Amino acid sequence: MSFLRRNPSVPVFLGLLLVFTLTVTLMSEAYGGGLSTSFVKTLGKTLCLALVAVAMDLVWGYTGILSLGHFAFFGLGGYMIGMWLMYARTEAIVVSSMANAEIPATPQEITDAVGAQIFGVVGSSDFPAIWLFADSLAMQLVLVVAVPGLLALVFGWLAFRSRVTGVYLSILTQAMTLALSLYLFQNNSGLRGNNGLSGLQNLPGADAIPQSVMSVWFLWTSALALGLGYLLAAFVVSGKFGSVLRGIRDNEARVRFLGYPVERYKLFIFTLTAVMAGIAGALYYPQAGIINPAEIAPIASIYLAVWVAIGGRGRLYGAVIGAGFVSLVSTWFTGGRAPDIDLGFYTIKWVDWWTVLLGLSFVCVTIFAPKGIGGLVDLALSRRAPDRHGADLGPDLGSLREKEAEE
Amino acid sequence: MTGALLEVSGVSVSFDGFRAINNLSFNIGPAELRAVIGPNGAGKTTFMDIVTGKTRPDEGRVLWGEKSISLLRMDEAAIARAGIGRKFQRPTVFEDQTVRDNLLMALKKDRGPLAVLFQRRNAADEARVEELAGQIGLVSELSRKSGELSHGQKQWLEIGMLLAQDPRLLLVDEPAAGMTPEEREHTTSLLVEAARTRAVVVVEHDMEFVRRLNCKVTVLHEGAVLAEGSLDHVTANQEVIEVYLGR
Ligand SMILES: Nc1ncnc2c1ncn2[C@@H]1O[C@H](COP(=O)(O)OP(=O)(O)OP(=O)(O)O)[C@@H](O)[C@H]1O
Ligand SMILES: [Mg+2]
Repeated sequence: MSFLRRNPSVPVFLGLLLVFTLTVTLMSEAYGGGLSTSFVKTLGKTLCLALVAVAMDLVWGYTGILSLGHFAFFGLGGYMIGMWLMYARTEAIVVSSMANAEIPATPQEITDAVGAQIFGVVGSSDFPAIWLFADSLAMQLVLVVAVPGLLALVFGWLAFRSRVTGVYLSILTQAMTLALSLYLFQNNSGLRGNNGLSGLQNLPGADAIPQSVMSVWFLWTSALALGLGYLLAAFVVSGKFGSVLRGIRDNEARVRFLGYPVERYKLFIFTLTAVMAGIAGALYYPQAGIINPAEIAPIASIYLAVWVAIGGRGRLYGAVIGAGFVSLVSTWFTGGRAPDIDLGFYTIKWVDWWTVLLGLSFVCVTIFAPKGIGGLVDLALSRRAPDRHGADLGPDLGSLREKEAEE
Repeated sequence: MTGALLEVSGVSVSFDGFRAINNLSFNIGPAELRAVIGPNGAGKTTFMDIVTGKTRPDEGRVLWGEKSISLLRMDEAAIARAGIGRKFQRPTVFEDQTVRDNLLMALKKDRGPLAVLFQRRNAADEARVEELAGQIGLVSELSRKSGELSHGQKQWLEIGMLLAQDPRLLLVDEPAAGMTPEEREHTTSLLVEAARTRAVVVVEHDMEFVRRLNCKVTVLHEGAVLAEGSLDHVTANQEVIEVYLGR
């Protein structure tokens, strides 16, 4: 296929992904290896984070829209699948506990009991309207795509149509994220407030399958999603469409004068990446086991931007490297596994200091290596840097697009 | 005036109370070359901004084509698709992309996102790009990032992108700035050639350049037309002489 030949990084990436997934599988507990189930889950989750990072790279690195809302789409995807997981599993438990009763329970009684189980923590027992389809896996899977997609479509339509760009757009997306997480924190939001949805690691009807095996299944599903997402993203950014996207990033007005409807391109890419983020979230949270509104807080979306910046934006594998590297290192530091450093007068506990370290590395990358870790690949291949005449696309918030030429 | 491709009439625009364009009227036919001259700040660029939808006038009409559609209700992209191409005063090409990609992006084709997503490289486009590159003398630079080009080459690339769009009206803002005399001559012939089949409006300061274009000249001053006619005619005009010498 000429597409793969023209984008050699795609087959290389897919090959590495396959090798990685196979290696982890063979080393997993399920196959008698030494990797713990929780670590396999961590790796599976990392693949999902890499997928949302690829989406972020599309929207930010290629199109220049610094969205601080993509983790909200990620979380929404998680909530949508979480509703089914929680409903179906609770229903199975209720049915089996009622099976011994003298009089068989009516469907209404079962539903009421499931409602009481799920919403007891927020002092309610009625199903809110948004749980209408929670008993249907197919419907909730549709919602995984539809809810983030529609939200992005409506939000993007309003924002892009009024030509909000740059920092203002970032603030707007952040406001959307904040509003969403604050809403979800409320007990009457219909999604169990700050308790969130839990027990998501237990797939209904799959009690017989040990978590160690389940973790490998999810690893493969996540790898498949990442592979397909990467392929799709590579297809989108290759060829003329990618040219237009990068044109929009560097000089939106000029693209418009060529006759391209810039707003429709932005809306397309914003919505597409929101859907990708939703799918990534729907695969992530069953591995995490729990989702709550704190996951959607704006800081998560900011982290996402940091990953992409550190990995190197404007190249898809950069996003994957950034997400993988930073989130794994972060797991190591915050997991209490990093040795404390005793300075005599003060002990550096990495659990507390990791964020500072991350912030510092972000600043350093911004200043000294604007191409991120992915730039090392250029060094290796000694590819020439484009002469941007000083208008560098450094990963700081302000210098996103080249200064529009003044006429 | 009937038969005009573009008809601008009674247009005014103010920036913070300053009248940059003052009751301006301007017509151009479907296959006509026109030079627009005028001192700095005369409103030449602002005039192009109005026609291309970048600036909305406070009053007046801008009518386009045989059906006399108003351009004032259209956005920049729609105006460009209607057949008006523009070259900016400062060359603005996509510096991060190759000369080839710049030209491919400008080629006249469906501009919708879905259509573009599936527009893949083909021999016909490639040949057209080669041909354009030949016209603007950039064949050997096709695979270079356009940011690496010299100023004059960027000007040409932008002219090439303009031709690639195949517009019915070309608005060309100071195309010869930063060019050597030979490059200027080449640019002149490109523009004269283009004006055989379409309307071309050239804004230029350099009188020698304008003379070589050998076309009707419109003199703008303080946002209005001061004189119109052949170059010799307008340069003999007393008001024009005062405006040019008086600054
Ligand atoms: N967006 C704007 N806001 C405020 N003033 C503007 C704006 N655009 C143009 N002007 C003013 O309008 C006047 C006309 O400007 P314009 O750029 O059209 O002149 P010009 O004829 O192209 O000059 P030059 O030969 O220097 O390019 C100038 O005084 C300029 O300062
Ligand atoms: Mg000007």
